[in-house]
Amino acid sequence: MNIQTHRRGFIAATGSLIVSVALPGVVVSAQARAPAALDKRPALDPSKLASYLSVNADGTINVYLGKLDMGQGTDVGIAQMVAEELDVAVDQVHILQGDTNTSLNMGGATGSSGIWKGGAALRNAAAEARRILVEMASDKLAVPAEKLAVENGVVSVQGAAGTNVTYAQLIGGKWFDVPLEWNKQIGIMLGVKGEAKPKSPSQYKVVGKSIRRRDVADKVLGNMEYAVDVKPAGMLHGRVVLPPVAGATPVSVDDASIQAIPGARIVHQGDFLSVAAPREWDAIKARKALKVTWSDAKPALPGNAGVYDWIRKATPNKRSVEVDTGELDKAFADAAKIVEASYEWPFQSHASMGPGVAVVDYRPEEITTVWTPTQKPHFAREGVANILGLPIDKVHGLYVMGAGSYGRNDSGDAAMAAALMSKALGKPVRVQHMRDEGHAWDPKNPASVHVSRAAVDKDGNVTAWHFETKAFSRLDVDSNESQPAHTLPGQMTGAALKYTAAFGVPEESYGFAAKRKAWETVPPILERSSPLRSSHMRDPTGPQVHFASESFMDELAYATNTDPVAFRLKYLKDPRDHAVVKAASEKAGWTPRTGARKQKQGDIAVGQGIAFSQRAGTRVAVVSEVEVNTKTGKVWCKRFVCAHDCGQIINPGLLTMGIEGNMVQGASRAVWEETKFDDKMVTSVDWVTYPILDMKEAPASIEVVLIDHPEIEPTGAGEPSMRPVAAAVANAIFDATGVRLRQAPFTPERVKAGMA
Amino acid sequence: MPKFELNVDGKPHAIDADADMPLLYALRDDLGLKNPRFGCGLAQCGACTVLIDGEPQRSCSIPVESLKGKKIVTLAGIEKDGKPHKVQAAFIEEQVPQCGYCLNGWVMTSVALLEKNPRPNDAQIRDALSGLKCRCGTHVAILRAVKRAAMA
Repeated sequence: MNIQTHRRGFIAATGSLIVSVALPGVVVSAQARAPAALDKRPALDPSKLASYLSVNADGTINVYLGKLDMGQGTDVGIAQMVAEELDVAVDQVHILQGDTNTSLNMGGATGSSGIWKGGAALRNAAAEARRILVEMASDKLAVPAEKLAVENGVVSVQGAAGTNVTYAQLIGGKWFDVPLEWNKQIGIMLGVKGEAKPKSPSQYKVVGKSIRRRDVADKVLGNMEYAVDVKPAGMLHGRVVLPPVAGATPVSVDDASIQAIPGARIVHQGDFLSVAAPREWDAIKARKALKVTWSDAKPALPGNAGVYDWIRKATPNKRSVEVDTGELDKAFADAAKIVEASYEWPFQSHASMGPGVAVVDYRPEEITTVWTPTQKPHFAREGVANILGLPIDKVHGLYVMGAGSYGRNDSGDAAMAAALMSKALGKPVRVQHMRDEGHAWDPKNPASVHVSRAAVDKDGNVTAWHFETKAFSRLDVDSNESQPAHTLPGQMTGAALKYTAAFGVPEESYGFAAKRKAWETVPPILERSSPLRSSHMRDPTGPQVHFASESFMDELAYATNTDPVAFRLKYLKDPRDHAVVKAASEKAGWTPRTGARKQKQGDIAVGQGIAFSQRAGTRVAVVSEVEVNTKTGKVWCKRFVCAHDCGQIINPGLLTMGIEGNMVQGASRAVWEETKFDDKMVTSVDWVTYPILDMKEAPASIEVVLIDHPEIEPTGAGEPSMRPVAAAVANAIFDATGVRLRQAPFTPERVKAGMA
Repeated sequence: MPKFELNVDGKPHAIDADADMPLLYALRDDLGLKNPRFGCGLAQCGACTVLIDGEPQRSCSIPVESLKGKKIVTLAGIEKDGKPHKVQAAFIEEQVPQCGYCLNGWVMTSVALLEKNPRPNDAQIRDALSGLKCRCGTHVAILRAVKRAAMA
């Protein structure tokens, strides 16, 4: 290789893209405070280093992240990984995220892949950048690369401290022109690597440290810009008008009914109906005042109580046997005992703190902009382009902090509504759903029924396990809003439906000789514009599947006269699975037992339960301690102990806080959350009709045991610890009361009914 | 449209609005303040909380006509001498928020609690904060922060 020539080629000569477009009156968000780099940029190309990072004139580093942090510190973790490879201070690494002009589509926040996939790509890119920078320094200083060392972005000759050159001097303010090997994937699986090998964990200085978050002070002091705060000049406030009965469509609309409201307008396209006004309160009034005659829909929903029978009776549209090993049928035929149980999990709502919101400024002759808190802004940009009939490069997508996002909540629908309205009204439009729309109309976590059976031989050994799920798909609509068909406004304006049949099975390493794990999906109750359409919600299918499988393992342990911890240690084959079960049970002070202990103090029954699961390489064990009020049936998840192994840990402090959040949200979903509906419509429409965990019920303690494997590439941590929580709680309730709850959530009524 | 006077974060303002318009929209739309946020419009979650004469109130459900002569304080108005309020300092130290959308409720209610009861115990804190919503599940971090603020 002609190094001399190659080196001169490291810096891009020209570029054409403007990196950031400042729009009047709009502050994009805190991360955009990083020094505005390099004004011209080569086009975004996954196989170019410049698409991932650059060195500013002041020597700081810009990272262009197509993943997304939403308040758990993924950005900090990525900054640590990049700083480590580049040998710069972590606070010198700026993370620019969520802007479709500056970053590639790496999937946004998805599948717990921020560190797992995004961090891995950026780590490789940063390692390659360091290699190139050292070569450039070698050229400049006329010293062989192997005699150079880097510290804080300064490349020095070893043993001659005065001879040095900085990253800023080498390339500051200019773009790299360096190729990377790209795996040809876009979205969640995007991966790149260079010639350089990332550092060995033994060299780490920054990875593994509990560096603090960057967004906290802005949030607490009130300086953070949220999506609800975006106000382009001339913006109108929009509200959608959704039917009172699922499936009903507007037959006629009385325009005169909102005539008295200043500036109120109606946008009615197909079955999509909405109102707008210059003042927000006027838009809300118009939504309420608008007289609409709705079609006489009779959706005949089965109701939340009847939904499980509905699922059982429905004809499946897909069956998938994911695992089928050993001689299952023979094992059951030869069994001395068969243990069988079935479990049920309800529809649940994302119920983000604020309902969905978005602002779209439609400018057909220029660039149309969408400001959105969706966790997949690149896909939202695509969706807006598609619903407006614009080429994708004429739409700019910008993530702005939102009100929590745990998957596909209702913000994608708001973006599509805002797009339709902005085009119809010729002005920027901000659509915010009202609370009842956020609860009733957000895509739901699907309801499911699970049947679990095990064959036990005469010696009490489990010889076969058969796990079947029958459920609504996890993807009635896709997990992003890139196609109108996957959004309410798209479906209401007639987009052809696109349904995906998909579910999941338990992830574990139980070494039963025969095993079959399968799922069947059933069609949606209502095909088009359904308030019960399903999509991804934190750990899609994980909580329901593992509620069933890990409750069952408890039942199976007791049925074979085995302690639940000993049972798991007996059958789990993977040493890392053993380690989390041991760590959680030891930290919790596990008391072995072979039946419910039913310990009671006055009216309060106390118990302890364990559950375990894997998720895409990560493994988690949770021990839950509960207090059950035997008079009221109320369950308090008093204590959680969570042992967590996601391979290499980047930031233990932030990982711990993320797990704490999952324990609480998981407890909330296990104990309280169920989307209720009657034959016509969802009736869980606010925080009274869809209760979540209250501060009075917050755990007294959450203890997290992190098991670090620096030698194993990091896997995901956003979702895995959500997975075993419900089963751990159910198993603890059983230990406390002897009542086996096979239907979630474990509300006071259900617990009382169980004890009666 | 009637005119209303509002005293917000120590400054007088006059706005034209419907008498029944909730304070939240006056703060956000007319005054351009960003901190109180719409969560439910039903006084069920607390994302819009402000202090009115020292009491934490849900601005989404208080009509502007009822606020004559009252002192309204938002999250932006609780800093003292240019320094974060001790509750804010503690929330920062404990790195409480994930999304942070709900923060106005927790911070403002905690400020009011510590005014009345500077050394609350765990049960009193839970009681005072009951009814507020946090969907990200940061409850245990909030409890740590309020206890830290009480010790400050």
